[in-house]
This record gives sequence, structure tokens and C-alpha cells, in this order.
Amino acid sequence: METKGITLETYTSTRNACKLCSPLGASVVFKGIEGCLPMLHGSQGCATYIRRYMISHYKEPVDIASSNFSEESTIFGGNKNFCQGIDNIISQYNPAVIGIASTCLSETIGENIPGLIQEYKNLHKGETMPHFVHASTPSYQGSHVDGFHEAVYATVASLAVNTTKGEHINIFPGFISPEDIRHLKDILDDFGLDYVLFPDYSDSLDNPHQGEYQLIPDGGTKIADIKRCGSAKASIEFGYVMNKGGLNGKIKNSHTALTAAEWLEKQYAIPRYALGLPIGIDESDAFFKTLELLSGKETPTRHSRERGRLIDTYVDSHKYLFGKRAVVYGEEDMVIGLVRFLQEIGIETVLVASGGESGTLKAEIQKIDGISKDLMIQNGMDFESIDEVFDSLKPDIMIGSSKGYYIARKHKIPMVRVGFPIHDRAGAQRVQHIGYKGTQQLFDRITNALIEYKQENSPVGWKYI
Amino acid sequence: MNPLLTQRQTQITVAGKDSLAIDCDRNSLAGSVSQRACVFCGSRVVLYPIADALHLIHGPIGCASYTWDIRGSLSSGPELHRLSFSTDLHEKDVVFGGEPKLYASLSELIDKYKPKAAFVYSTCIVGVIGDDLEAVCKKVSAEKGITIIPVNAPGFNGNKKDGYKVACEAIAKLVGTGDREVPEKSINILGDFNLAGELWLLLEYYKKMGVHVTATITGDGRVDDIRNAHKASLNVVQCSGSMMYLAKLMKEKYNVPHMKVSYFGLEDMSDALYEVAKFFKDDDMMAKARDLVKNEFLRIMPVIKEYREKLEGKRAAVYVGGSFKAISLIKALRLIGVKTVVVGSQTGTNDEYEIIRQLCDEGTIIVDDSNPIELSTFVKQMKADIFIGGVKERPIAYKLGLGFCDHNHERKEALAGYEGMVNFAKEIYATAMSPVWKFTR
Repeated sequence: METKGITLETYTSTRNACKLCSPLGASVVFKGIEGCLPMLHGSQGCATYIRRYMISHYKEPVDIASSNFSEESTIFGGNKNFCQGIDNIISQYNPAVIGIASTCLSETIGENIPGLIQEYKNLHKGETMPHFVHASTPSYQGSHVDGFHEAVYATVASLAVNTTKGEHINIFPGFISPEDIRHLKDILDDFGLDYVLFPDYSDSLDNPHQGEYQLIPDGGTKIADIKRCGSAKASIEFGYVMNKGGLNGKIKNSHTALTAAEWLEKQYAIPRYALGLPIGIDESDAFFKTLELLSGKETPTRHSRERGRLIDTYVDSHKYLFGKRAVVYGEEDMVIGLVRFLQEIGIETVLVASGGESGTLKAEIQKIDGISKDLMIQNGMDFESIDEVFDSLKPDIMIGSSKGYYIARKHKIPMVRVGFPIHDRAGAQRVQHIGYKGTQQLFDRITNALIEYKQENSPVGWKYI
Repeated sequence: MNPLLTQRQTQITVAGKDSLAIDCDRNSLAGSVSQRACVFCGSRVVLYPIADALHLIHGPIGCASYTWDIRGSLSSGPELHRLSFSTDLHEKDVVFGGEPKLYASLSELIDKYKPKAAFVYSTCIVGVIGDDLEAVCKKVSAEKGITIIPVNAPGFNGNKKDGYKVACEAIAKLVGTGDREVPEKSINILGDFNLAGELWLLLEYYKKMGVHVTATITGDGRVDDIRNAHKASLNVVQCSGSMMYLAKLMKEKYNVPHMKVSYFGLEDMSDALYEVAKFFKDDDMMAKARDLVKNEFLRIMPVIKEYREKLEGKRAAVYVGGSFKAISLIKALRLIGVKTVVVGSQTGTNDEYEIIRQLCDEGTIIVDDSNPIELSTFVKQMKADIFIGGVKERPIAYKLGLGFCDHNHERKEALAGYEGMVNFAKEIYATAMSPVWKFTR
């Protein structure tokens, strides 16, 4: 593969993946349902690895149960483990909801999870039962992002009820940080909107200290609210790729994956506002305009002033940024948002890389105004490949998850950690990306990373900028 | 809410009271949020520190992603082990078979990274879709002229402990294939993972005693050293839960005797050195060991004493991977005045749990393959002040307002050896004495 004279060697293997497997995404979503305990139908390791991965990022308890397949269940089916698992979960956690995600193993041996749920319900007729939601997330299909959107879709599709249309709206923000969710809720509250935000893990994955180990942490979108999704007057979703991409590891380029908002539009004719992740002024403007439209109110002063302050900062710092070259990597919708934002502030993106394999990343990036034709855009890219083209791209900064750190370290350039995972820093839960305020945070972090780098490497050092 | 599942009651006991032995070595219960991972994980963590080998994981991406650079096992040379290689199986591979992808991946990676040997791990679905891992490994091995060892580790095939066994079998295939001359009085170090450079502290001690080290199998490991490991006179085994099986295999095949040691805490660390000297029946070696121990004690005891004065009366909970380490931790904690009130492990053995039962004060809760519900209940019930565990135990400690010491593979401070004991005391002190707890209690 060749872009602007830079040859990218292709490999069959994946070397330091820039993605995770789909049950992880589903687990994050299930943590965003009030009273929910996630369960993975598969081997013990899947649950433990995903727990460890999420705990390292969120620094919060993450209890995920496993049906804990044995050799016997692999050969004869997992129904015994499934039922025993559910029994034990109910006995220990007594959850309002059990969110079940499949794994590569259970999907490969052909486990019918809806059938298993039904079987369990039949066995326990007349007993009070938690809600069951199920997402099909074989890890050989797509990445954690696909698992995330699949779980959002599956939860909404199984719970939403179409009653008399209400005045409320649905908002499906995608995989953002707990602090981003809190900020989003502030914005929606300030507009006086009645809304259902799903998934809401702003508390469950970033809870105040309460002196207790909460088996199921506070917070999450209420079941009653998810039911209300079916009667909303509109849905907003963030993301141009989501799980709508073509291949995502599937055999046919014509799969039927829907997003939750698409399903609600198709099923109940609820209008869908498909927006990009609101990073930067343009994308945030689009979001605020949509809110103005849906609420019939002007943007509250607090937020218009935040917008003004952001522009003011753009001006103050533009000279530190102009012409700098960035390598941006991570989840597809996150990188699209970031590239749009960098374009606004005069940073030239020289590589856009994602482990996601939608096949639509390139087209989405190329839609961005003024984007360089030479920009290297790679679906299904891994970190070793990023490292191999790094020198020829001569970047000044890396922006993405903490997993790219080894490359930044090797090439001695600054990096700004965004998205998921951030395992080597404190405060990953509170990294902001979206809206005027989130962009402000991100903007200052990028500016300061570049200034700090210059200052540290200057023979003089200085006290003023 | 029921903190204790009936089926798990035999895996919990109390020191001094129950006469029943703990019923360990069982697979985790469905629906229980076990702190254990799987068979694959067991094999991966043991083989991981072999730094000049290629480690290729055959399966969908998750297993490779979650184990990328997961262990802080340092290498003094090559760092190939810190990369994460996967065949990243997709739907079409699952349907039509993953062998072509494995063949292509393995071949290209060997060409690119020129490893000394390769380990190819199978994951859950590999057996299910019928890939013949052995055949592919054999073929590529013949073509590339390097040793390729299949590691048969589907996650469901037992528990983490079974993964250790699979790893030992894989290492055993390398052992005995070298013909390097090895000096007399030479040992292999098994089961130290060189976290935060701990192995290098040990090497320094053994060097001072005049002991030659042939292979450090699970820390800063090298393929060629392992090939010659059978020539050593003795296998010194820490983390016996994972490595004793290899030691036994080597005893059977090469008649290399083994001994169990621990490098945590002053008592066990010193015993490890004395036992090796005793084994070689070498007075000079013993004298050097005594000298070393004496000097180290003189150096660090005053520091330890200071910490002890501050920590006296504190209560600790310990939940670690293996029960052998737990024994050392109980003793090390006692040395700094801290009483262990809850102790458990993911994959402990009966004998070691029995030692723990003898060692602990009456009333100490002992638990095998526990979960967050049990652990949070026990530490509250036993009024622990500090929790010693890994990443998954950390939020249990912090949410309950307990101090925490990471004694798992992510630690950045050496906790083994004499220096490690000082670091351990310092870390326990720092977490126990932090002023932040006034806001949580």
C-alpha cells in the first residue's frame, strides 16, 4: 500500500492491536444500565480480562460474571452453566437487569442465548425475575466499538415500548468518558429538555466515594427510561461510522446491523439526527443547533459564552499549533471527531489510524473540508504498522489512547491521551472531549503538550510564552 | 443478598476453628465473579517473560489485546515478549478455518522479527473450528528452521492452573535441546518473573555466594538458556503453583532435583540462600550466604524497625495468585507488625492452605478462588486496614477505604529480596498512613 511515496507493508497478523474485542464494548454499555450486572457467556478469562482492562481505565469496581464454560459445556452446550450462572447472579447480586453478551466460544458452538433465557424463564415461572438483555458479540466480528453499538441497539430493541409520543428525546452518545456524559447531561438540562441518555455510566464507572463496595454501583439509565425510548419525539446519535460500516469482520458486505436510533426510526418512525462526535466548534455547533431545534430554545448563555471562550482560546494559542503534524489513532468515530477538530485549529493530521474495519473511515475523513489528499487513512491498522511509517510522516504529536505511548516514547515526541483505554495515567474517567467545554479541555492539553515539549527541549527554558 | 454461595462454602475456612481442609483445585463456579482468568491466561503469563521468543496468539483479537505488555517482566536484552501478536481471526476464518492465516502470520512474523523460537497459543475457538495447530507449527518450523512450540491453551479447558501446566509442558520441549557447557554449582531460577527487576537482585545475591545461574526461565528468560537448563544441578522454584510441574518433569527426565523457595520477606529470602548453599554442601558458599544475610540485616533492620513501630497492630487482607506467595506475605507482614486477618489465592494448593492455617492467628479467614462479594464482606467483617492484591482487588480496597499494596505483575517497585522488603514496608506504611483516609472513615 502506498500513500504519497510512503509504503506501508501489509501483514496478515495483527501486531499490537489498536482495538479490543466486542464483548468489552457490550460490558461498558451494560454498566450504563441502572441495576445491571453484565454476564459473559463463555470462558472465565473473557470476563476477568475485560474487568481488569476496565478497572485499569476507570479505577472503579467492575463486576462482570461469567458462565464459565468447561470442556463439557463446549461439547454439549452451555445451558447448564448458563442457568447455574444466572441462579448464582440472582442469589448474590439480585440485579434488576442481567446484560448478557456472547463471546467467540459461545457463538462458534452455536449457543442460542435468547432460547437459553426463555428456558430459564420457563424453569422459574411465577418468580420475580430480572430483565434480561442480550447482545450478540462474537469477538471475531468487528471491534469493541461494534460490541458497544450492538449492545445499545439490542437493549433498546428489547425494551423500548411504543406508546403515545412524548416530548422527550433520546440521545445515544456512543463510547465517551463519564465526564463527557456528565457534561452532556448538563447541556441537556440547561436546555430544559426531557431526555433519555443511554448508556449512562457517568456514575457507575466514576462513583463518589461512599465507604462501601457497591455490588452494583449507583447510576445508569433506568429501565423505565429505556422503555420510553420507543415514544420519544426524536433521537440523536453521535457517530458517522458506529456499527454501520460495511465489513466489520463479517463475511458479507451487506450485514443488517442497525444502530439504536436507526432501529427506532425504522420501527416507530422516530426522527433520527445523526451527528458526528461534537469535538470542535463546527461539530458542537451542529449539536447545539439540533438542541435548539428540538427544544425550541436558544442556546443558554452559559454555553454560548463557553463557545466564545473557546474561540478566544483558539486565537490565543493558534501560533503554537499551526502546521504541526499529528498522528491520530483510535476508535473510528473518535478519530473522525478529532481530525475535524484538528483541522479547525491548524494542526495537520498526517495519519489517521483505527483498528476498526468498517471500510468507511476513509470516505468519512475525506468529507472534511480542506483535508489533505495526501493524508494516510487506515482502517484495520495496528500499532506496529503505525510505528513503521512513523518516521517518514515526521509527526510532532500523537493523539490517541495510552497504548500508543511506546511509539511516542521511541520517537521522542509528545502525546495527548484521549479516548479508551488510558491505563498509564490517572483521571481517564474525567478526560473531556465533547462540546465547547470538552473541546476547550482538549485544546489546552494539546497546546500545552506542544509548548512543554518545546520548552523542555529548549537550551534556554523560559518563564513566559 | 447472599455473600456466600452454598457451592462455595467448602472453599472457605477459618484458622484455628474449622478442622476441614479447604477444597481447592476446583473450576470456578458459573455466575461467580471469580478473580481468576482462564487456561490461556495461565499459560501466557508463565511463558510471557521469555523475551527472545515470538509469542503468537491464534484466535480472535481479545486474547492478544488483553495480554499485551501485561506483565512488568523486565528484560536485560531483547523485548520481543512485550509485543502482542495475533492471528486476529475473523468470521470467515471461523467458518473456513484459520490455518491459512496462522501459516501466513507465523511465517511473516518469523521473517520480520527473527525470534529464537516461537510459541503459538491456541485459544477457545481454535479446537472448536478444527485448526490443526501442531501441523502448522511443524510445517513452518521445517521451513524456517526454528523451534515452534504449540501451546494448547483453550480458555475453557480447566482453570488458570491448568494453563500453568500447559506452559510447563511447552518449556519442557525446549529443555534438553542445548549442549552448552555449564559450570558446576549451577542453578535454574523458576517462578521469579523479574517484576520491577526483582530477578536481578536475586542474581546479585547468588553471584556473591558463588552460585552460577544457568537459566532464569520465567523472568528475563532466553530460549538458549532454557535449552541448557537440564545441565544445572538444581531447580530453585518460587511460585510453586505455576512452576513445580516443570521442576517435576525435569526431575523425571534429567534427574535435576528441585527445592521450593520464596524471595519475599527476610526470613524466606534468607532461607532461600541458605538452602541453596546447603544443597551444594559448600562451606565457603554458606559462609558467604551468612555474610550476605548478616550485612543485609544490619543494613535494613533499623529501617524495618521504624516502620514496625508505626504499623504495629494494623490488620491486613491478602489475596494473591498463588498460596505459596501468601505464606511469605503473612510472615513479611508479621515482621512489620501487621496481622493478616483474611488470606486467599486464586489457585492455591491444599498443602499450602494447611500451612497458612497453622501460621495464622485464630479467626483468620482463608479462601480459595474468591470474588469481590466475598472479599469485600470478609475485609469488612475482619476490620482489615490494608489489602495486598492485584489490580482487580484494588477497587475493593479503595471503595471500602482500605490501604492497598499491588503485589501483582504491574508493580513498579521490587518487593522481593532484602531491598524488596524495605520497599514493601515502605509501601504498606505509605498506604496505611496517608492522610486521605480521614475523609473516608
